[in-house]
This record gives sequence, C-alpha cells and structure tokens, in this order.
Amino acid sequence: MSRILMKGNEAFAEAAIRAGVKCYFGYPITPQNEIPEYMSHALPEAGGAFIQAESELAAISMAYGAAASGGRVFISTSSPGLALMQEGIGFIASCEVPLVILNVSRGGPGVGGIQPGQADYLQVTRGGYNGDVKVPVFAPSSIQECANLIYECFDIAEKYRNPVVILADGMLGQMMEPVELPEAKGITPVEKINEVKPWAITGTDYHEGRNVVYSLRLDPQALEDHVNDMFARYAEAEKELVRWTDQGLDDAEIVFVAFGTTSRLCAEASEILAERGIKAGLIRPISLWPFPDAAFDKIGPNAKVVISTELSMGQMLFDVKNAVRGRWPVALINRTGGMVPSSIEIADRAEKALKEAGK
Amino acid sequence: MKKKLFFAGAGGQGALAIGQMIAKAAMDEGLEVTWLPSYGPEMRGGTANCTVVVSDRPISCPLINDADVLVVMNLPSLTKFQSMVVPGGTLFINSSLVPETSNRDDIKVIEVPANEKASELGNERASNIVMLSAILKETGIVREETVRHEIEKTFSGRKAKFLPANLAALKSYLD
Repeated sequence: MSRILMKGNEAFAEAAIRAGVKCYFGYPITPQNEIPEYMSHALPEAGGAFIQAESELAAISMAYGAAASGGRVFISTSSPGLALMQEGIGFIASCEVPLVILNVSRGGPGVGGIQPGQADYLQVTRGGYNGDVKVPVFAPSSIQECANLIYECFDIAEKYRNPVVILADGMLGQMMEPVELPEAKGITPVEKINEVKPWAITGTDYHEGRNVVYSLRLDPQALEDHVNDMFARYAEAEKELVRWTDQGLDDAEIVFVAFGTTSRLCAEASEILAERGIKAGLIRPISLWPFPDAAFDKIGPNAKVVISTELSMGQMLFDVKNAVRGRWPVALINRTGGMVPSSIEIADRAEKALKEAGK
Repeated sequence: MKKKLFFAGAGGQGALAIGQMIAKAAMDEGLEVTWLPSYGPEMRGGTANCTVVVSDRPISCPLINDADVLVVMNLPSLTKFQSMVVPGGTLFINSSLVPETSNRDDIKVIEVPANEKASELGNERASNIVMLSAILKETGIVREETVRHEIEKTFSGRKAKFLPANLAALKSYLD
C-alpha cells in the first residue's frame, strides 16, 4: 500500500467505508463537514446508504434502528452535536447495539466556536446518559492513528456490544498527513449477518422466530441482571482496551499527560525543554475510558511534577489525579474555547510549574 | 532536515493550493509532511493561510512558532505575518498586489510579480503557480518534475484546459 496525502476528515470517512460500513447518518457541523460530504458520494458507490438527517437527534435515532438490524453503522459529529445525541447513545448501549461514533471536537460550551477543543472529555468519558452506561473512548493523535482506530472500532463495538466513541479534534479533521488506508472489507450481506450477530433484527427469513432489541425492563430484577451483564463486559473492556504510549519517563523531571493534538504540542515542548536542560516525558492516553492508570507506574524517580495538558479547563485532571494517587504534585497547563497554546507557551508554563513544585 | 513553510493570501488566490502541492510532492519524494489550513468564517473573502512542515523524520507538531519560508500573496498577509520569519529565512512577496516591501533586513526577500507573469502566460489565476515556480527555484525544497506531476493530476478531466497555462507558469522561474 502506498501513502496518500489526505485531509483528516476524508481519511476518516474512507476508513469507515473500508471497515464495511453499511449506513452513515449525519447532520452538518463544522469542523467535520467533509465527512458527510465524502460519505454522500463514496458510501453509495461502495454499496452502502447515506442519509442527511434533519437533526442530530434524528441521526442518532436512525443509527439506533439501522444498527439494530445488524449492519455496520457509523456516525460523526462535533461537540454540540454529540450533546444532542446523548439520549440515543444511552439507549443504544442499553440495547447492546454496536455503533461507532466519531466526535471531531471543537471549543465549547454551548454552540461555542469551531476551532479545536478538548472540553468534551467529560462528555465522552462520563456521558450525559441516564443509568449505568460506560462507553469505550479512544483519542488518536494523527490521521493515520484515527483511520486505524475507526477501522478497528467496529470490531470492538461488536465484541462488547456497545457504542464506541473516537474523540478527534478540529485540527486532526482539517489537516493533511500521509496516510496508508487499510484494505476494504466489504459490506456483510444480510443473509450472513445473523452468523455473527444472532440478535440482529434481519427478519424471519433469516432468523428463527422473533428477534427483539429493547431497553424497557419493568421487572427490577431483570433490569439489575441486565446491567450486571453489561458490567461483566465493561470489566473485560477495562482489562483489554487500555492503550497508551509513553516517552522518556525513566529520567523525566516533568511528566506531561496529553491526548490527541495536545500530545503533539507536548512532544515539541519536550524538545524545547531539553534545549534548556530540563528532561520532560510524556504519557499519551489513547484510551480515555478505560484510562491508562498503569502508565503512571512507569514514571521514574526524578519526577517532580505531573502536568495534565489540555484544551479545556482541566477535565482530564480528575483522571490524572486518580492515577497519580498522591505520588507527585499535579499541575494543569490549558487553553480553552478553541485557543491552542504554542509549544513555547507549554514549555514556559511547564518550567514554571517545575519551579513551583520544587518549593 | 526540517523546513517550516507558511503560505498566506486572500481566499481564492491559491495559497493553500500551492502549500498542498509542495506537501504532496515532498511526500512523493519520501519525506514526512503535514499541511494545516486555517479554517473558519474568515476563509471567504478574508485571509486564508496554511502551514506546511517537511522533514526527513516523523513530525510531532503541525503548528509552527516561526517559519523558514513565508509566502504572502497580498498586503494584509505581509503586515500580519512577516515577523514570523526566522532570521536568515526567506520571504516571497507577490509584488503584483503588494505595493510595499518587507520591514525586515535580516531575511532574504524575493519579490515575484505573480499576477503580471501569469497574465502574460494567458491565465492570471495561475499566479500561485508562478509563485510556486519562484519558491522551487530559490529553495529547491522539492523537485520540479514531482510538482509538475502534481499539477498534471490537479488539472485533468474537466480542468484539463487550464493545464497549459499552469505548466507554463511552473516554468516561469525554472528555465
């Protein structure tokens, strides 16, 4: 396979098609509009269906129904759009229906702005759903990694029978990088769906008797048993889906914790700090839930401060403090509202945090 | 080797397009690249700019603090961005539309009458490719033949009628 230079959003759409997506539903929102645009012509050409819904609520509801019938379903949106989809995501999780959701996030709150943001951290890792629901979340830092994750997350969603969220941001969606796209898997024909998804509502031509996908359980014992079943799978997910990369933790004085675009800024900030004689390391969570607590056990004896670096007011900070468990002081370097700090700004603020930690 | 380039102009002047052509050509020559555009409501009628990083090693950060090469297609871009050129760096000015020169004396300034030359070649809209020609001649960042290949791919099918003027524009500084 050769590398091609592709805009992030277009590479994400193409990766989903190659994963065998049957249906895409979307409603336009910047900075992910190239995804529905690309899907509108490329998905029908690949044998799938594209529908521009009348709202995000409609899009997630269409996804719910289509995914219940067993085809691979992909949706994408950006921050305020994801907020509108929360109810649907909770229902889909409750019904144990697999779905892959891409959030190309932007600055908030409210309608906010359209520049890159990471203030959806709590929205995606905790969610606005009622009931006991968890959703695996992955945060790529390059177009290649995002394309690979989209491709893989359909398998993850089907294995755990749960929605999976990929949290990118406006910068990854809008930029171009060389990317090597995975092979096209093709769409599973309807007569083959029940071989891998016996629960899917494909019609009685394809399965014995009725298949029912439902969320309502009026018997509390039945509902508790159902939630316990979901949590048995979440326990497996917590073991199997933890992913991160780390760099230079052995002798780091400063340990940055950053995901997505921000991790790339921290990597350059570490080079700037090295020129100033300061050793900085980086923990880059790829899975945000489950959060990679184990990464923090690799931090070496020279560490003076752990710095959560985010495009939000410090939403990942909770998880960082939880993983640090009081072993090192924790600081925050952040911008929000669509503002992105320069690598120099991060280096300067990290140096200051290091001095303050030494006091 | 790592080069940071910044292209700025009014929306429609093709600053983003020549950034993309350099990025694609560099990738075809086996280098790592990132291309990052400004995006938002300012793109229609206002300024449009993009950052290109070219390196022989993986690129951590697509955002830049300063530029080795700055290309300005109009006056507001010169005013706004000339301070970001590193000392010893190169500034390309579209002198057809920019009546001023740079206030910097620690950088190399190259004035390119891009619109005039493109008009002489039969299509003023190829002014960005005239600029691209000057950049290739001065920096040698990518090879002419790789870029020519990109231009041939860009101006194919319905756009094939624009190919001759754009190929002539690519030659304008490279004869």
